[in-house]
Amino acid sequence: MLDIQNISKTFNPGTVNEKTALDGLSLHLNEGDFVTVIGGNGAGKSTMLNAVAGVWPVDSGKILIDGVDVTRLSEYQRASYIGRVFQDPMTGTAATMQIEENLALAARRGKRRTLHVGITRQERETYRELLKTLDLGLEDRLTAKVGLLSGGQRQALTLLMATMSSPKLLLLDEHTAALDPKTALKVLTLSARIVEEQKLTTLMITHNMKDAIKYGNRLIMMHEGRIIYDVSGEEKKKLKVTDLLAKFQVASGSEFANDRMMLS
Amino acid sequence: MELLGRLANLPGALPGACAQGLVWGIMAIGVYLTYRILDVADLTVDGSFATGGAVCVMCLLGGQNVWVSLLAAIVAGLLTGLVTGLLHTFMGIPAILAGILTQLALYSINLKILGKSNQSINVDRYDLMISLRWVKEMALRNPVFAVLIVTAVVIGILYWFFGTELGCAIRATGSNPHMSRAQGINTDFNTVLGLMVSNGLVALSGALLAQYQGFADVSMGRGAIVIGLAAVIIGEAVFSRIFHNFALRLAAVSIGAVIYYIVIQLVLTLGLDANLLKLLSAAVVAVFLAVPYWKGKYFAKPVSKKAQKEGGSHA
Repeated sequence: MLDIQNISKTFNPGTVNEKTALDGLSLHLNEGDFVTVIGGNGAGKSTMLNAVAGVWPVDSGKILIDGVDVTRLSEYQRASYIGRVFQDPMTGTAATMQIEENLALAARRGKRRTLHVGITRQERETYRELLKTLDLGLEDRLTAKVGLLSGGQRQALTLLMATMSSPKLLLLDEHTAALDPKTALKVLTLSARIVEEQKLTTLMITHNMKDAIKYGNRLIMMHEGRIIYDVSGEEKKKLKVTDLLAKFQVASGSEFANDRMMLS
Repeated sequence: MELLGRLANLPGALPGACAQGLVWGIMAIGVYLTYRILDVADLTVDGSFATGGAVCVMCLLGGQNVWVSLLAAIVAGLLTGLVTGLLHTFMGIPAILAGILTQLALYSINLKILGKSNQSINVDRYDLMISLRWVKEMALRNPVFAVLIVTAVVIGILYWFFGTELGCAIRATGSNPHMSRAQGINTDFNTVLGLMVSNGLVALSGALLAQYQGFADVSMGRGAIVIGLAAVIIGEAVFSRIFHNFALRLAAVSIGAVIYYIVIQLVLTLGLDANLLKLLSAAVVAVFLAVPYWKGKYFAKPVSKKAQKEGGSHA
């Protein structure tokens, strides 16, 4: 479903701040793969997701989604294939617009935006039903401004917006990192359920090793812009956090210098 | 006693102030679209306002009827917005600077359109839509009524447009460009479109003012952006608690412009030196723009010590 072929990206080339964020990275995802991504700070996890989403062009290499070469497409053009949820709950929704308007914007992803009415009565009912599945009481607040919602509610809404039109690819960029533990668990459970129900091909970055093992059918570890460990199936199910730490030390030749990952 | 005598002149001047306020209110609605909806401070306005007036007057002098002339002014305004939009999105120039560049270029263009710095148009010889000469008539051609109708039509069209898929995309672009691109919205296109619609309205307003005052002047738009911002801010200060609907908020901007002109009329009647007007306007707008900032910085409720402790234990 997703084919990343040998992509590289260097930020600020030719300056003292030069940083090779992706270094000849290749990755192939089969349809329905739910891949968790771990790695230290600056390993290139978010950079990989941004490269796939088309936030900026890559320096070299190719990206194919469902056989279509999207390397030269801009971010908004690729959006018709991709649903995204970000780390910052403020990023994924338009705060000054209503809940139903946000959903209506997402429902039209990948379609031409015309002079037809922006949200139909029939859609409203659909959205009400859809919001009920979140069990957050949002179905009674369709016309509330999204800016009034809590971080967890906004992430849940963003998740709904990302998945409502069955994208070919779902990108979750540490989407529970900014939430309190209880809310994080709720949003994560919801994500897993939606991915399961719709059989979505998914890339999920997480800082939590337990979550990385618990969710998905495949796990990849990144270091210095490359994938250093790739495990799936039965082998992944048997993984323990200590295994991952050991793997990281062997593969990278350094300590896993990240408190957040050690503690979680 | 002298002050009271001056105040007695005010009622006579009110219809004129209302008419002017309504005309400038259409420009202010254009400013509202960029400043509040698109979240861009567009300084093209000072140029495109005069462009609208210039194009309208030259079309009328060339023998076109008033509707064609107004339409031509709107189209010219759309083009000025297109230029600023392309400078901003295609050439990557910051929006404020892009607006300033277009505004400067428009000064020359407006001079070329007019042929000289000032062109008058006589209401007796040309069939105008509005004129200050009719401001005290009880008839449909009274500029207060006529511009009120134009404003209502403009608000109606905008209310419809910003409810469409395309209009929603423009609002999303202003609200959160990052989210918009992730939802497949071409933010560059929508920014340009928003700037075009805004400047189209500004030019329409300029065209109406040129007819109202009976001439177009190359510098008639000087400081227009400040008047627009003043109208937006006054409208919000007075009506933001009761007007939530989009159409009503646009109406509030128009009323804000009327209030602005009535206040100006008042201070002039009271004997303020007319040369100080722009200084006064700028000062008032500066203070009102500062209020939300000051509110957040100096008047925010301090966090109690207890809450601080509880917050600390979470982190």
